[in-house]
Amino acid sequence: MLKRALAIITLLIIGYWLAQGLTGVPFGQDRMLVGQYYLNNVIKQTGSVNAVTAIVVNYRGFDTLGEVTVLFIASTGVGALLWRRKKKRTARTEGSVVLTTGARLLVPFILLFGVYIFIHGHLTPGGGFPGGATIATAFLLLYMAFTQYEIPHGAFEKTEGVAGMSYVLVGLIGLALGGYFLYDWIWQQWHWGINDVGRLFSGGFIPIIYTLIAIKVGTELSGIIDNMLKEEVRE
Amino acid sequence: MNCISCISYIIVGLMIISAILAVEWKDLLAAAVGMAAVSLFASFLFFMLQAPDVAMTEAAIGAALSGAVFIFAIKRTQRYETEDEEKPGWWVRW
Repeated sequence: MLKRALAIITLLIIGYWLAQGLTGVPFGQDRMLVGQYYLNNVIKQTGSVNAVTAIVVNYRGFDTLGEVTVLFIASTGVGALLWRRKKKRTARTEGSVVLTTGARLLVPFILLFGVYIFIHGHLTPGGGFPGGATIATAFLLLYMAFTQYEIPHGAFEKTEGVAGMSYVLVGLIGLALGGYFLYDWIWQQWHWGINDVGRLFSGGFIPIIYTLIAIKVGTELSGIIDNMLKEEVRE
Repeated sequence: MNCISCISYIIVGLMIISAILAVEWKDLLAAAVGMAAVSLFASFLFFMLQAPDVAMTEAAIGAALSGAVFIFAIKRTQRYETEDEEKPGWWVRW
């Protein structure tokens, strides 16, 4: 009891001092010099209308490569922890009529929406990570509706590896042409799509890299779902 | 009072309620659904704060995928932590 009272008093004191400190910081005012620089120069420097995407892929492309690597390590860890010699789906009951009919109807549209999100990443809000996650939810729906369904493992694993390596390859081409890793060679050297800013075929290498990221994220998350859902079969 | 801000206050209140329910519920399946509800309300809130890309990611990852992973984990283990929690809770007995 005394311990709990002491904990509450300590929390109140810490919270009071945090609140005191944070009242001095103006909230919601425009004090971001770097952000203003990005907003002024984003179209000229990257050709992308969506500033968020331009920062994530172009200005901070190396961070995004690290994020993709983190997701890859997480997926590998799940695969290694749940590895069994023989795994099978052990669902006993079929999905209900509502679920199976809804899955048949909705899966193509969910896939289409995911593809839309990542292809238009440099124009509208979205990008590779939401698009890939949306594609993975389509496979999740298939897994829940049909008891026998399995993703094509070999094709998915190869696609994932090729997409990850292509990301590094795009960066290395930039290193060879422009002098630093993830240099936007399509926009800054070839000036490709310079009259089409705001249309689909613009934005330098942002659509290419976001397509690769979405393929990688979608296949990885589908693999995680597959690993979690299957159970070991003893012979 | 501006109505947009009162909607966001309601959403924050619902988030807090579902977070407390997710901690308090003894049925782990219901707790997982409560956690997914927190993510869903958070994605509404992100949308209202003009971050639609974050809202999309939150809805896909937080509400759909992580909820599904939790439900798969519960399916492979147990739905209740102890035996005497298996009887229906107060919201059923009511």
